[in-house]
Amino acid sequence: MGHYQNLFKTLNRTALIPFFVIGDPDEDTSFELVKTAIDSGADVLELGIPFSDPVADGPTIQKADIRAMKAGMTPAKALAFIKRISDYKPLPIGLLVYYNLIYQYGVQAFLTDFKVAGGTSVLVADLSIDDADEIAPAAEAAGLETVFMVTPNMSDQRIRKVAERTSGFIYTVSLLGTTGERTGLSDMVKPLIRRLKELTERPICVGFGISTAEHAKAVAQAGADGVIIGSRIVKFIEGNLNDTAEMKKQVGTYIQQVSKEIARL
Amino acid sequence: MKHKGRFGNFGGFYVPEVLIPALEDIETGFDKYRNDRRFVEELDDLYRNYAGRPTPLYHARRFSEHVGFEVYIKREDLLHGGAHKVNNALGQGLLAKYMGKKKLIAETGAGQHGLATSMIGALFGMETKIFMGSVDVARQNVNVHKMKLCGAEVISVSGGTCTLKDAINDALRYWTSHIDDTFYLFGTAGGPHPFPTIVRHFQTPIGTEARQQCLDQIGRLPDKVVACVGGGSNAIGIFSGFIDDADVELIGVEGGGKGTETHEHCATLVKGSVGVLHGAQTYVLQDENGQIHETECISAGLDYPGVGPEHAYLKDSGRAVYTAVTDEQVLDVFELFTRSEGILPALESSHALAYLVKQKGKLPKDAIVVVNLSGRGDKDVSIVEQHRPML
Repeated sequence: MGHYQNLFKTLNRTALIPFFVIGDPDEDTSFELVKTAIDSGADVLELGIPFSDPVADGPTIQKADIRAMKAGMTPAKALAFIKRISDYKPLPIGLLVYYNLIYQYGVQAFLTDFKVAGGTSVLVADLSIDDADEIAPAAEAAGLETVFMVTPNMSDQRIRKVAERTSGFIYTVSLLGTTGERTGLSDMVKPLIRRLKELTERPICVGFGISTAEHAKAVAQAGADGVIIGSRIVKFIEGNLNDTAEMKKQVGTYIQQVSKEIARL
Repeated sequence: MKHKGRFGNFGGFYVPEVLIPALEDIETGFDKYRNDRRFVEELDDLYRNYAGRPTPLYHARRFSEHVGFEVYIKREDLLHGGAHKVNNALGQGLLAKYMGKKKLIAETGAGQHGLATSMIGALFGMETKIFMGSVDVARQNVNVHKMKLCGAEVISVSGGTCTLKDAINDALRYWTSHIDDTFYLFGTAGGPHPFPTIVRHFQTPIGTEARQQCLDQIGRLPDKVVACVGGGSNAIGIFSGFIDDADVELIGVEGGGKGTETHEHCATLVKGSVGVLHGAQTYVLQDENGQIHETECISAGLDYPGVGPEHAYLKDSGRAVYTAVTDEQVLDVFELFTRSEGILPALESSHALAYLVKQKGKLPKDAIVVVNLSGRGDKDVSIVEQHRPML
């Protein structure tokens, strides 16, 4: 059984998975923020390496990428960062990355180094399941689990293909679009979770547009194994760029609040 | 997807999963209609009577005298809208119509593709949104105005470097949330499969006509075919007619900006390395970590850090050769060509002409060189005026 499957089974509730862009707004503050998230109740971490052209991301994460790159974050430094985080507390770490970054590093070398740094799984934002062969064999060789995305407009046949190639969890995209905060929860998410449950036994984690504790709760109630919150958390960074203490406070409070909400189910 | 969309090792479709159904939809539509008799006839009629095809092949005698060999100009600048972009916009627009799509989106750099898409949006009565980097909006404001007159909405993109690359990013992002009713009318022979194949297909009339015109007017095939390369759609269009003629040299000319020894250029094939950008594996301008570089070029239409994957393949296979010229060389030839022929070449196309000037004295007198004059230079007059004020 995989890392995630084990964890979700033992947790016996929906896991809270905050997302951070590594190095946003700078390396040291980013480290403090991820530590805060861990201390406030994160069960799994989803970390992204900043990229110049993040087409799967909305404006909030795009700006975070630019901040982190300007502050000097690189793929090699990101691996060192991951090592520091897993030394602090060995939570499962899922990586979100764009293909060109690992292609330039060398796909196998990168994944091996990521595993050594304490990584658990890898998701390449711009690789569809048709290109699973570009990442899955290398991930397996490195001892990592694979994560692929499922979207609301996918056929059953294609979802089965995703389930077959996924050894970690299915990253369930709640809507048609990019990452970013939304006021309401997409009405596509519950039918999609239901469909997934019929098609596969792989763990299901839901992301994109999950912004409030209520959204997270609704996703948890629908039977998700994990809920991924990105842009909402990154907004706390964007909104307090001159006040690190406030940034940390808001991130911590928010994660505690969501964690409490989904624990109560 | 049904096809892999590969040109050798290049191409493919490196996109987020959410875009796959939209790309599959276009692939299916293209396969269904590309050879459909009604579609082909309707497109042919539009090419002739709306766009103005076939375009002439013109013997530029005075310019030939200057460079010392025979120069023939494929006059894509005479097309409706002022550039070759209308070929592709008509083809994809008609495809969108046959597929039942109601809305068009497109990215644009110089504004030529945005304008062509806006024209076709008006022609077919489709709601049209054009994504354009804010830097380009400022330097090509006449085209912006024309697009708006055609009824298109122009969305100024301020993320990243505010040029073509960021316009593509935002158009892709918009598309991911509007794939049901919206057709992304991609402007260049790049991006994810099936776009490189589709754009090439709708630009092939340039090459097919040019080859036949050479045989009819000159009595033989040319020695060289030269075109400017940004994303590479006009170049792949004219190259396609000659690719099987092994003796015809194919030359692509990229934007050398302030010089390829500086960082301020967009000479992707000359100076770039293999990577993945905007859905395609191809040459890109990037740093050692894979972050995409900002580019710099006097011509907005070439200002792009990637290139169509088929050009990457033609480069590596040796079938085509790619080189670059600087902004200064481009401005020189813009003046020279306009004075000697009375034709204002677009700054993009002027790159191809500037290469010819560099060949002065290196080719035999009876050498025949065909240049694709992909667009007209009216849109660039104020830029030229800024750099070379008329006293």
